[in-house]
Amino acid sequence: MWLFNSSIGRKFVMSITGMALVLFLLFHASMNFVLILSESGYNWICEMLGANWYALVGTMGLAALVLIHFCYALWLTFQNRAARGTSRYEETAKVWGVDWNSKNMLALGFVVLGFLCLHLYNFWFKMQFAELTGLHTGAFDPQNGAAYVKYLFSGVVTADNFDSSMLTMPSWSHPVYCALYLVWLAAIWFHLTHGIWSALHTMGFNNLIWFNRIKVISCVFASLIVLLFAAVPVYYLAVFCGIHC
Amino acid sequence: MDQHINIKVKVWRQAGPKAQGHFETYELKNVFQGASFLEMIDILNEQLISEKKDPIAFDHDCREGICGMCSLYVNGHPHGPDQAITTCQLHMRKFHDGETITIEPWRSRAFPVIKDLMVDRGAYDKIMQAGGFVSVNTGGVPDANSIAIPKPVADEAMDAASCIGCGACAAACKNGSAMLFVSAKVSQLALLPQGKVEAARRAKAMVAKMDELGFGNCTNTGACAAECPKSVSLANIARLNREFICAKFQD
Repeated sequence: MWLFNSSIGRKFVMSITGMALVLFLLFHASMNFVLILSESGYNWICEMLGANWYALVGTMGLAALVLIHFCYALWLTFQNRAARGTSRYEETAKVWGVDWNSKNMLALGFVVLGFLCLHLYNFWFKMQFAELTGLHTGAFDPQNGAAYVKYLFSGVVTADNFDSSMLTMPSWSHPVYCALYLVWLAAIWFHLTHGIWSALHTMGFNNLIWFNRIKVISCVFASLIVLLFAAVPVYYLAVFCGIHC
Repeated sequence: MDQHINIKVKVWRQAGPKAQGHFETYELKNVFQGASFLEMIDILNEQLISEKKDPIAFDHDCREGICGMCSLYVNGHPHGPDQAITTCQLHMRKFHDGETITIEPWRSRAFPVIKDLMVDRGAYDKIMQAGGFVSVNTGGVPDANSIAIPKPVADEAMDAASCIGCGACAAACKNGSAMLFVSAKVSQLALLPQGKVEAARRAKAMVAKMDELGFGNCTNTGACAAECPKSVSLANIARLNREFICAKFQD
């Protein structure tokens, strides 16, 4: 099977899974942005995507995509290190036109994955998982996402019914969470600015005329996704500062 | 103005393919900056011979940038710090008085060291033998003007054909990937009507041979094209990917 035993096939799998994840990120970022526009609109989305069968199928699909992307990344990196041979260059120089992120995609991937674990604990565990199992994992109703996000990032509580014994976050931790998410988004931005154009290139969608255009389109697309995501923690950081500063 | 400079040369010495290699530093006095880099190594070798030492083995042939034999990794760059030239076109005016110049062989699993700075680049020949040709019967030669080829296409094919197979792409690549070489060789034929007929078979055969010989997977860092002495474009890699993926989907 050429998707396993040819170098271009393996890269093709990386590209397809990567692009699917990019589309998911755009979908996710658009939904997050709704929170700033309308809290009731955001809670409608939380309800729609809670523990319904299609949301669960989608979650399983995403998990599979991440797993395939991750396993192939390790496999390719292992092969690439081996292809370099046993002896390393004594002296290496910076090559003009080679971006830092293109050489550190695996490291950036690990940073993204590390923060993903925190994110899954923060949100997936306390929302979809809580709804699925009926476990009491947080102060708020699992479908009241707006109240929860607001509390996590700014410490403001606006829900009608909540368990005040679970509101244990010290006030300094809210801006720390905002900062952590922004660091995560920076890593994602670096990963995507190389990842998107590289995926298109690997799939064969490139030529002399479109070379720079595709790089610019990828950069704009990655920036758009990251800015949509970043809007939420930045907005609630401003709310936090409005109260405490 | 070109002057005479004193330099130190730190060279990789390795007695044979299986021997343990090491760096040795030699001092060279009064090197004229107008000399080419390979002339500097010639002078160094004469000095070594006069001292009854083993001269440094290195590949070279035409010394005018067209044969693809010279192959030195100079100060962290294949073919030295200058852009778009081969090692033989590099001159000593790129270096200054008192500098220590580090010279290494290509380091890649698919290019094993034969001796000192000389590596076996037979892997590239094997990739070419796998499919880098057009199968035609000899006989009456058709008139060149009977097949019209648009100028931009002919130019792109010619630019791809400027690849001299020196191996700098695989040497510069952090993944030891030969994709720029293979893509140039696939492109120069796939772009032209005579080569299109066998394009799918060629792409599959050459990529399969490339993978078999232990080259790495391309991650589009672009170091290959940046260091290529002939400035072969990365766009060729996209064409190779396209040819290969389409061929596999057609199977």
